[in-house]
Amino acid sequence: MRPFVRPVPSTWWLKRRVYFLFILRELTSVFIAVYLILFLNLLYQLSLGRQAYEIYLDFLATPGMIVFHVIALVAALYHTITWFGLLPNIIVVRIGENRVSSKLITGANYVPWIAVSAIIFLILKG
Amino acid sequence: MSKETITLEVLRYRPEQEQEPTFQLYESEYREDWVVLDAINHIKDHIDGTLSYRWSCRMGVCGSCGMMINGEPKLSCAAFLRDYYPNPIRVEPLANFPIERDLVIVMDDFMEKLTSVKPWILREQEMPISEGEYRQTPAELARYKQFSMCMNCMLCYSACPVSALEPDFIGPAAIALAHRYNLDSRDQGRSWREQVLSTEEGIWACTYVGTCTTVCPVNVDPAGAIQQEKMSITAEWFKGVLMPWKGR
Ligand code: SF4
Ligand code: FES
Repeated sequence: MRPFVRPVPSTWWLKRRVYFLFILRELTSVFIAVYLILFLNLLYQLSLGRQAYEIYLDFLATPGMIVFHVIALVAALYHTITWFGLLPNIIVVRIGENRVSSKLITGANYVPWIAVSAIIFLILKG
Repeated sequence: MSKETITLEVLRYRPEQEQEPTFQLYESEYREDWVVLDAINHIKDHIDGTLSYRWSCRMGVCGSCGMMINGEPKLSCAAFLRDYYPNPIRVEPLANFPIERDLVIVMDDFMEKLTSVKPWILREQEMPISEGEYRQTPAELARYKQFSMCMNCMLCYSACPVSALEPDFIGPAAIALAHRYNLDSRDQGRSWREQVLSTEEGIWACTYVGTCTTVCPVNVDPAGAIQQEKMSITAEWFKGVLMPWKGR
C-alpha cells in the first residue's frame, strides 16, 4: 500500500466563496487593531496636553486617515454582523425540549449594541 | 433513440502502476433519476471493472459513499446527475485524506480520532443493576440528540480547511461526538474528555470557518458543537479561577 497525499495549495482560500469570506472576516481584525492603536494614541496625546492633542486631531482629519476610518468602520460592522449571525449556534438556550429561536438570540445582541451606539452618538453630538 | 450520456471525470490512482493520481474520462449513461453513485456503478458494471470506490446503502444512511463532486464533499448517493447535466461532473476522493486507490481514502486516522474522545458513556461509578436503568427525560434526550445523528461520512473533514492544514486536528465529527456524550445526562466523562478536547489539536485549533456544518448531510452542526465546547470549557475555567474552593 502506498497512499497518496495530495498537497494543499496555498490558494486554498480562493477555492470556495465561504473560505474567502472567512479570510475576509479574519482580516477585519487587522483594521480593528490599527484603529485601536490610533485610539490609544489619541488618549496618550490627550494626557500630554492640549497642543499635542490638537496636532493629533489635525492628523486624524487628513484624507488618508478619514478613508482608513471609513474602511475600519465597514470592517467592524462586517465583523459584528457576521458574528451576531453565528451566535445562535454557540449560545444554546433551551426551554424544555425546545431550543430558543435563533432570531431571538441574535436579536438579543442587536438591541444592546444599537442602544449603546445610540447613547455614544448622542453624547458625541451633545 | 440513442441513450443520453454524461461525462464523468474520475480521479484514478493505481499505486502499482502510477506515481500520482490522474483523471480518467468516462461516458456514462444518463438518466434523470440517477445519482452520481448510479453512474459510477454503471461504469463499474459496463465500462471499467477496475474502478474502486466505497458504497453500501445507496440511501444516505451508511455514510460510506462520500466523494468530492465538482470540488464539494457530498454523498454520491444523494447527488443527482440532473443537477449537473449536461456539463461533465468531476469526481474525486474525499479531500484531506490520503488516497488508497481511486476514490477510496485511508480512514485509519479518522477512526483513531473518533475513539480518542471516548465516545461512550463514562461513569465515575457504575450504578448496580439492582438499581435499574439510567433514566432520561425527553428534554435530556433533546439536548444531545442532534449530535448523535452522525454517520461518520467524513464530509466535514473534507470541507474543513483546518483539517487540511493541520492533519493532527481531531476534527469536526470527533468533537461533535465528544460533545454529544458531554451533554448526555447519564455521562460523567466531561473532565476526562476535556484533556483531549481542550488542546491545540482539539477545539482551540478550530477557527470557526463553519463549512463542516454546511456540508453535513444529517444536520449535526459540528461547528456549533465545537464552539459550544469552547464556551463551556471557558466557563468552567472561569469558575475555577473565581471560586477555587469549589474544586472541579
Ligand atoms: S458530522 Fe456530519 S459531515 Fe461530519 S462525519 Fe458526521 S454526519 Fe458526516
Ligand atoms: S451509499 Fe450509504 S450513504 Fe451513500
